Amino acid sequence: MAPDLILDIPNDLASIEEAVEFVMEQCSGCGDDPRRLRLNLRVGLSEALANAMLYGNAQDPSKRVKVEVAFQGTTITARVTDEGSGFDPYRVPDPTTPGNLLKAEGRGIFLMRKLLDEVYFNDRGNSVTLVLRLPPDREEGCVDGGARA
Amino acid sequence: MGFQVEKVSDVLVVDVEGQLIVGNRQELKQKVLEELENGERKFVVDFEKTGYIDSSGLGVLVSLSKKVREQGGELRLANLNEDLKTLFELTKLDTLFHIADSREAALKDL
Repeated sequence: MAPDLILDIPNDLASIEEAVEFVMEQCSGCGDDPRRLRLNLRVGLSEALANAMLYGNAQDPSKRVKVEVAFQGTTITARVTDEGSGFDPYRVPDPTTPGNLLKAEGRGIFLMRKLLDEVYFNDRGNSVTLVLRLPPDREEGCVDGGARA
Repeated sequence: MGFQVEKVSDVLVVDVEGQLIVGNRQELKQKVLEELENGERKFVVDFEKTGYIDSSGLGVLVSLSKKVREQGGELRLANLNEDLKTLFELTKLDTLFHIADSREAALKDL
């Protein structure tokens, strides 16, 4: 993935909203499905950042989180990488089963998988890549419509 | 962005303005738990002015609902927009909460 946009942000939960909104602004001209941008990408990216800060970097304020975003046609690829030792994403339980429904946590990765077209982790488990494919807008994609940082 | 609290009859209504996310969920939790401690038992969380909720926001609602129920009370939700409804449906939390289309409907019979 050759990123068009790279953000290096502090491990501070308060910085998530600003980072997500910045990425959303860069994506504003992408594709022809504003709802999937507004809901799916925004929530998916927020979840990835929260997981990176809370669990990956274990809330350590000295650590950083890297966000890389690439635009290819109407496909948006966002990669979020923390400095942690990683985890096994396949061992995360289904939060919608009756036994897990009343739990306060454990819905982040589930929502990412539901909202994005592709979600995959690196082998170490400290980097997640989110892919959102949008329908084309006047066949321009987001190459001309999306701003670049 | 923030939480506005209003008393309507014997119900405490909390307006969520902006987002309910990992960065501010503790603020909502603290507000509701304080009121629960003070004897309030009926709550409506109104999302009319809410942009989006993340999984931490959903989680804090689950946690609060559980604590309110344990004290014999009830917590209802109102005014979810289409995006928020989708999140509740995906996570099946729509089966857990009383979700009303309006604040008035949430207050009815509470």
